[in-house]
Parts: sequence; C-alpha cells; structure tokens
Amino acid sequence: MNLIEAKNLIFEYIRRDKDGEVDGVTRAVNNVNISVKQGDFIAVLGHNGSGKSTFAKHINAILHPTEGTVLVDGKDTLDEEYLWDIRQTAGMVFQNPDNQIIGSVVEEDVGFGPENMGVPTKEIWERVYESLNIVGMYEYRKKSPNKLSGGQKQRVSIAGVLAMHPKCIILDEPTAMLDPIGRKEVIRAVRALNEVENITVILITHYMEEAIYADKIYVMDKGSVVLEGEPHEVFEQVEKLEELRLSVPEATKIAHELRGKGVPLPVGIISEEELVETLSKIL
Amino acid sequence: MSLIVNHVNYIYGENTAMEVRALSDVSFQIGDNEFIGVIGHTGCGKSTLMQLLNGILKPTSGEILYNGQDIQDEDFDKKLLRNKVGLVFQYPEHQLFEVDVFTDVCYGPRNMGLEENEIQLRAYDALKAVKLRDECFYVSPFDLSGGEKRRAAIAGVLAMKPEILILDEPTAGLDPKGREEILSLIRSLHDESGISIILVSHSMEDVAEYADRIIVMDKGKLQFDGSPAEVFDNYEALAEMGLSVPASKRVLYTLQQKGVPVKAKAITVHDAVDEIYRVYSGGKV
Amino acid sequence: MIREITIGQYYPADSVIHRLDPRTKIIATFLFIVSLFVFDSFTGYIIVAGFLATCIILSKVPFSYMVKGLKAIVMLLMLTVIINMFMTPGEPLITVWKVTITKEGFRAAAFMGLRLMLLIIGSSVMTLTTTPNNLTDALEKILGPLKVFKAPVHEIAMMMSIALSFIPILIEETDKIMKAQMARGADFENKNLIKRVKSYIPILVPLFISAFRRAGDLAMAMEARCYRGGDGRTKMNPLKYCRRDYIAYAVCIIYLVAVVVIPRIFVI
Repeated sequence: MNLIEAKNLIFEYIRRDKDGEVDGVTRAVNNVNISVKQGDFIAVLGHNGSGKSTFAKHINAILHPTEGTVLVDGKDTLDEEYLWDIRQTAGMVFQNPDNQIIGSVVEEDVGFGPENMGVPTKEIWERVYESLNIVGMYEYRKKSPNKLSGGQKQRVSIAGVLAMHPKCIILDEPTAMLDPIGRKEVIRAVRALNEVENITVILITHYMEEAIYADKIYVMDKGSVVLEGEPHEVFEQVEKLEELRLSVPEATKIAHELRGKGVPLPVGIISEEELVETLSKIL
Repeated sequence: MSLIVNHVNYIYGENTAMEVRALSDVSFQIGDNEFIGVIGHTGCGKSTLMQLLNGILKPTSGEILYNGQDIQDEDFDKKLLRNKVGLVFQYPEHQLFEVDVFTDVCYGPRNMGLEENEIQLRAYDALKAVKLRDECFYVSPFDLSGGEKRRAAIAGVLAMKPEILILDEPTAGLDPKGREEILSLIRSLHDESGISIILVSHSMEDVAEYADRIIVMDKGKLQFDGSPAEVFDNYEALAEMGLSVPASKRVLYTLQQKGVPVKAKAITVHDAVDEIYRVYSGGKV
Repeated sequence: MIREITIGQYYPADSVIHRLDPRTKIIATFLFIVSLFVFDSFTGYIIVAGFLATCIILSKVPFSYMVKGLKAIVMLLMLTVIINMFMTPGEPLITVWKVTITKEGFRAAAFMGLRLMLLIIGSSVMTLTTTPNNLTDALEKILGPLKVFKAPVHEIAMMMSIALSFIPILIEETDKIMKAQMARGADFENKNLIKRVKSYIPILVPLFISAFRRAGDLAMAMEARCYRGGDGRTKMNPLKYCRRDYIAYAVCIIYLVAVVVIPRIFVI
C-alpha cells in the first residue's frame, strides 16, 4: 500500500472582487496523481503559483480536494474522524522560520506537538531530545528561538514535527527564506531523516539543486504535473526545464551545452562531482 | 558623484555588555555608473554597511564622504543624502502601505517636498522603469503577486531619483523566474539610467553574472575588492570564509587540480563551456 | 532604539528564581505589588528595595536588563510624577509663577515614582525568569476554577503565551519598517503633533498586515501540529510544588509582615 496517494486531485477556489462578488474560479491543482511509498524521498518542483504548495497542504488535510481523493496511510483526508491521525502521520514544515515556532525555548517548541497529542510527560522529553539530536540542535535546546539563525530555526521546526513520530514529513519550501549556509543545513537534516530514520520525505522547493537527492521528482506548472521521473530523467530535459524557467544547476547546464558541441558526455549529469569525474576521463 | 567610505568602524551597543563589532576599518569608493556586488555571510556586516551609506546609521568612527563632504557634518543635508543614495531593504514589499500602488510610489517624492505634478511624473516614470503593467497602477499593492509587489517597492525608492541604488538581497524568497526578472530589471536600470548599483547578494552566480566589481565582506572586514575574475581567483581564501565561488569556476578549478590542463579563469557557464571545449578539441578553437 | 523594550522577554539562566514554580512567582509578584501600597514611609522602600535586590541577585539576570524595561514607561513615569507633584495640596515648598510645589506633593511624587519603578522591575523579575509557556501554564492553573463558569481559560492562556513570544519579532519588524520608510524620506521628528501622528501611518499599516499574516501562518502551523484546544493535552513541564516553593512562600509572608510592621515602628 502506498503511504500517500493522490488520485485525480483537483482543487479550485473562488476569486472574489472588491465587493465580495464572485469573480471567477481558479483551478490551483489540476488532476494530479501522485503516489508515494513508505521511505521515499520525493521532490516537487515548480514556480510560485504552480500549485505545489496547494498540493502539499492537501496531504496534511489543511486543504480538502474539490474533486478526487487524497489518501494518507489509507485514510481519506475528507474524513473528519481521521483528521488528527492524518496530521500526525504526515507532519508539515512551512516556509517562514519565524511564523511556525510556538515555544519561547527550543525544547518547549519541539514538545508542542506531543503535548497536543496527549503523550505522557516522560515520553515527551525522550521524544524532544531524540528529535533535537537527529537534526543536530540538541545543544541549543535551552536557547530562545529568536537568537537562532534561519537555518537553525527550520531545523527546530523539523524536530518539532519529528517529535510527533510521523511516517512522512512534508516540507513546503523550507529553504526559500534562508541563506546558502542555512539551506545546506536544512537539506542535510532532511536527507538524514530520510536515509537514517527512513522517514518518507516530500520536499516542495524551487531550487533544483535540492532535488538531486530525491528518489523521484515531480515538476508542476499551472496546477498540473508536467514532468516526472528520477532526477536523471528529469534533469535531462534541460530545454523543457528552462522553458518552465526553473533554474537548472550550472553543472547540468555545462554538461548540456558541451554535449551540444559534440563532447561525448552521458545524459543526465546532475552534480558537479559527476561532471568533473566524467570530464577528467575524456580530457 | 562620489561616495567615499574612509576607515569606517561600527560597533552595536558600544560600552554595554552586548557590544558587537559589526564593521572594522572599512574603506572603499563608489563612482558614477558602477555595478558593485557585495557578498558575505549573514552577519558579516554588509547590511550595517548599507545602512551607513545612506546615513540611517552613524559610524562609530571614520567618515563617509558624499561629493567630498562628510555626511555626519552638522550642516550636511541628510535628507538629500537619503534621496541620492536609495536603499531597498530585504523584502521591501513589507513596507508598502498605501491604498494603491501609484500613491505608494508617490510617498518618497512627496516626502522630498516636490510639486504635485513632479511627484506624479516621477511615480509614473518609476513604475514604468520597473516594468509594472499599467493595470497594476491603481490596484491595492496587496493584490499584486510576489514579484510585482517587490517591483512596486523598488519603484518607491527609484521615484526619488537616487544616484546610487542599494539593494539588499533583492531576490530573497522569489522563485527562479522572479529572481531572473528582478536581476535583469536591475541591470537595465543600470544600463539605461546610468545610476550606480550596489547589489547585496548571497548568490555568487548572480553576482558573477551581473556585477562589474565585487566587494567581499567577512567578519566585519572588507576582504576583497575587485573585478569578478580577480576576486574569484582567490578560490581557497573564499572557501575558507565559507563562501563558494560560482559553480562553473569550481568545476574548472577541480579539473585543474586533477591535472586537466584547463585554465580556471571562467566564472560563467558560457565561458566555462568554451574553455572546456577548447581543451577537448586540443586547443584548436 | 525600539529594540530596547524588554517587557515579556525571557532571559535564560540557571538560578533558584528560574527554577521556582511559575505559580509561586505569579503569586509572589502579586504579593509584591500589593506590598508596595501598604506603607507610607521611606523605611518601607528600603525594605522593598532590599528584597527586590536580593531577588535580582538570586535570579542571575543582569541588572541592566531589568532597568531597560523602565525605558518603555519613561513617559508614563514622568506624567505620574508631574501630576502628583503639582496637584497635591498642602504646605507650599517652592512657588514658581502660579505653580506651587507643596511638601506633600513632592513626597507623593517621589513615592509614586518609586512605586511605579519598583513595580515594573518587580514584574520584570517574573517575566525575565519564567518562559511565557510556563507563565501561561501557571495562569491557566491559577484561573482554573473559573472554568466552572465556562470561561475559556486555556484559550486565554495560550493567546497570552503566543502574544508574549511574538513581541520580540514584532519589535524587530517595527525597527525594519521604520528604517525602510526613513530611507524613503519619512520624518518621525516633526514638531507638529498631527503631522507626527500621521507620519506613523506608514509604519502601522505594514506592521498590522504583517501581524495578520504571521497570525494566519502560525494558526496553520499549530493545526498542522495537532493543536485542538486544551482538552486531552499533556504537559511537558507539569507544575509541581517543591520544597523551594514552600520556602519561597514562607519568605514572602515574612517579607509582607516586615513591610507592614517595620515602617510603622521606624518612620523616616
């Protein structure tokens, strides 16, 4: 059984003009089919307004489908009865590091989820310490979140979701507001979740470099999935990606242009290491 | 126009327990029609430096000279400086407040005490310069898309007709498409109106592609000041500061380390491709 | 400038005061505030100041932090002092033009000023040594009996806790917006009062919008982490009185008695 299953998912919302009159209907997500297995690392790429965040919010039952279904661990997100089960199974980390921290001390924030779930006190502390260790923030547990960098705040938020012992974590553009160092920290933490803790990860992002570690990539545009496949398969389509105006990593661009000039490079080079490795053999 | 930064130091909370030295002994000059990229980590002092340049902060010691005059002098018109050195903060769309975009852009010129028709003319020109669609002029700024909001906010500073435009991380939080739009907009402002641009950025690739000159800040000190090619030649020193060089340069450099006879000069994709191809075809091209 | 407000900011440290049960601290602070109004001689202030100084030293929070909180109420403080100084009838001390400062007025002004300062510093000791979450937990517990009357005690406590932890973020935001508008030529030092009030609109509007956006984001983040009100919630730090709390209560009672009795014996 797939952990997450979106079938023919459509989400529409009603636009209203200044006077509150109906102006039209916008289809933010259009007939999306995505299935995710336990332990997968999935990346969803796309622009602002491509529908990727709207899709993500369906998995956490923050939004509900207009048509189609979303199943999380076999439970329909439309079923009110399972709401809290679903939110605990599929935890969510948001974009803005400042607007999702609830506690005024790091460990209090991480404990917020388990408290809500009614976990016994002793176990809350175990979970808090364990989660902070996984994201490498244990030594900051007594600090005030306001004193942390953006990347550290996002790692605390990830720990906060981890402490709820989810099967899947959805990260909605967790790095969009961070500097390069913060971005690296967060991506490292996310990879650790997936590889070490075997937690299913759905990473929503517009940075293609962050998607190269994924098992599968979905590219969304105007509400629909326009490309899908393993990173190598997706990154091959440099022209298509540039047409969608997604930023192709420089290494991929170099490889693509060299191939165009007749240099015999294999398709689907995505990392700098790969490029250097292959080039040093033929030069 | 010239702006000279002369041995400037800045200390936050001087003589308190929480004293932090943000800048130490920073000196450089800005002339007409330059395009300067400023890079460094969060907390390297670059934001402080930008605020010093238009007089929002006052140096702890050292001086900043605008056309030869110390901007901290009693008789120096600070308001004039703020008009001449335009500062666009990070996430500038958060400062929009008026009922419509046009009125919001008028706020700066109006504070300058200009005539009403001059105010409107400038607002119109500024909105045109940032390539905002005409339909957007009279809608609430909060109804615009993220990229449009940011352009409207930049227009708000541009309408004051600065000679230097400082932009602190103008692409933060935007998607690749929005980033590209803003950066090419900034370049066209520089090319068409001849103003000097200071672009503060985390992205080496962006700076390498757009700036003519790069200033590198680290721990409050100015580490490098030169052309992109010169600055990025300091591969190891930059890496030590935790700053990366553009990926193209890194690829060439690593190839060179592996004994491949490439020159690690190129900093853009295009030049890197040419260099690798040159070596591939046995130097015949 | 505006960053210097410290009300509601927690200062992390490991001290006896930090470890006290937040209920103890709330009740002690309440008793302390009451104690400020039970005497009418300078002897009382010596005892109060001594007690407060001891607490501050025990709390390991730098004194400068406590005093910073005062800056925010400087205006209020001056107003109180001036009103008391000029409005209290009694034996004239100095007369300048038509304004007379009486001996009683002088005394009243000094007393009110001192009281206000001690009150603010005293409450800062509580807020600086207690995390907002602990504080609201305690409040929820203390106000618990009101639940019988269907009062939304948990919700109120949660709201307070969030408001407190968002203060530093909003302060920083205000600072940023102010600087951004200054770069657009805003003038916050206009002599004309109406113009000056008007000049704050470009700060208040963005601030409100940002606060609403944050509130929306936060609500979503809380729901995503299974928040559904107070029912069925467990606590990370369940409140439990220890020996030190009983000692603290004893100290408070001794202090109260001292404040009531001593100033009546030794009048300065």
